[in-house]
Amino acid sequence: MNDVVQNAPSPSGAVHAAGVSIKDLRKSYGSNEVLKGIDLEVAPGEVVCLIGPSGSGKSTLLRCVNLLEQPNQGTIHVGGFESTDPDVDIDKMRRKVGMVFQQFNLFPHLSALQNCTIAQTKVLKRSQADASAAARKNLERVGLGHLADRFPDELSGGQQQRVAIARALSMDPELMLFDEPTSALDPETVGDVLSVMRNLAREGMTMLVVTHEMGFAREVADRVVFMDGGVVVEQGVAEKVISSPAHARTKEFLRRVLDPTHIDITE
Amino acid sequence: MAMTARQRAKVSLYVQAGIFVVAVIALILATDWETISNSVFNFAKVGPMFPDIILVGLKNTLIYTALGFIVGLSGGLLLALMKLSSFPLYRWIATGYIEFFRGVPALLVFIAFGYGVPLAFGVSWNVTVVAMVSLGMVAAAYIAETLRAGLQAVPKGQMEAARSLGMPQWRAMISIVIPQAFRIVLPPLTNEVILLTKDSSLIYVLGLTASQYELTKFGRDGISSLGAGLTPLLIAGALYLVITIPLSLLARKFESRSARTKR
Repeated sequence: MNDVVQNAPSPSGAVHAAGVSIKDLRKSYGSNEVLKGIDLEVAPGEVVCLIGPSGSGKSTLLRCVNLLEQPNQGTIHVGGFESTDPDVDIDKMRRKVGMVFQQFNLFPHLSALQNCTIAQTKVLKRSQADASAAARKNLERVGLGHLADRFPDELSGGQQQRVAIARALSMDPELMLFDEPTSALDPETVGDVLSVMRNLAREGMTMLVVTHEMGFAREVADRVVFMDGGVVVEQGVAEKVISSPAHARTKEFLRRVLDPTHIDITE
Repeated sequence: MAMTARQRAKVSLYVQAGIFVVAVIALILATDWETISNSVFNFAKVGPMFPDIILVGLKNTLIYTALGFIVGLSGGLLLALMKLSSFPLYRWIATGYIEFFRGVPALLVFIAFGYGVPLAFGVSWNVTVVAMVSLGMVAAAYIAETLRAGLQAVPKGQMEAARSLGMPQWRAMISIVIPQAFRIVLPPLTNEVILLTKDSSLIYVLGLTASQYELTKFGRDGISSLGAGLTPLLIAGALYLVITIPLSLLARKFESRSARTKR
């Protein structure tokens, strides 16, 4: 299936997807303004890839969505919650938003299965049996059902990242955030993680993905957003932004990313 | 004539061995062996210490230490959390407590709780309670610093991952951060137990009845009653080692285990 996936949720309806609406988002660390007024709409079931050079603010933007970073200004709506409302129940909002980190952040003292059950039992108050069943289903979904009893340090990086995805999915999120999910992986395990994410996209999950994997973005993303210097420089259909970018900064970035060995001797 | 590196290493080894042999010979010649065997290694006369020094002394040392550790660990955890609190007053109280109890001799704390507090408040505490509170309050100060370091050593991403799953701060601490911090501090915590075991000897400053004697008190009593010189203290010391050496081995085992799982 090579054609561009449309914005509509999959007909299976397995996922109840939420949208995201970001308006005039600003974030500073001291005098350093990292996000300079971001507007971004993500429709339910849409897959959006955030690309851009390091320091462009894309990870910060992602982390603002589930309030791991506190924005200084602007509003964010996530699936019926205004997460920037001071009175919002942050924990309740976060249950709907799955997060996958660059460094996996699996809980090293818990097995793969327990990593997937602990928040279900402690936060959603599910019974141990229900939580285990959901955890096993999601570990199967990421192709790791047979490793449920392993501990994180007994798993490869790619396997750990897939457990981390299963852990997030076990909370039945309506939106998934991926913060450079393959950047810390050995090259040979990247494919497994990307294929799990590809399947998730096909099931209709809303996904916001910070990534440097242009192949993945081109194939899976409905839309690619290019950020630089804390602003959205350019966005549009993945194929178009990556193959024929309109902006000079986008062109320059993609040229470096797609051919890192290229040296421009005309500079 | 210039030596090769290997020859120099060989000479250095011979010199070190030579110094050692000379020191041992000097020590043997300088020792008054008759006195030593009468007053330090006089094992013939210490029979009456047994079996009470083990059944009562060793047992009481273990009890005082264990109770002190329980108080120290709970107090230490509370202080560590206070020290990491966002509420400044809690941080100041914890810092003040830790500086005070690390700075004064444990002996003074025993005297304060054994004599001062009962006098001030008109209560009479039994020896076990005094040992538990005194040891516990001193231990809490040291354990607090150990636990604080352990809590801070848990990567920030662990808290972020737990919060991202919808866990409130306190839940993330209890289920995710504290269990990992304990794994990190297991070796230094074991060393705290060793220190505590030895500090439990300070209970001697209180008047003890026979059933409350711990190892050091048995040793001191033996000196005055058995006529075997310092030999009873040697026995008591050996029994401390029976407790502390396995603890040291345990700490080393925890250390190698955490080194293996560290990534």
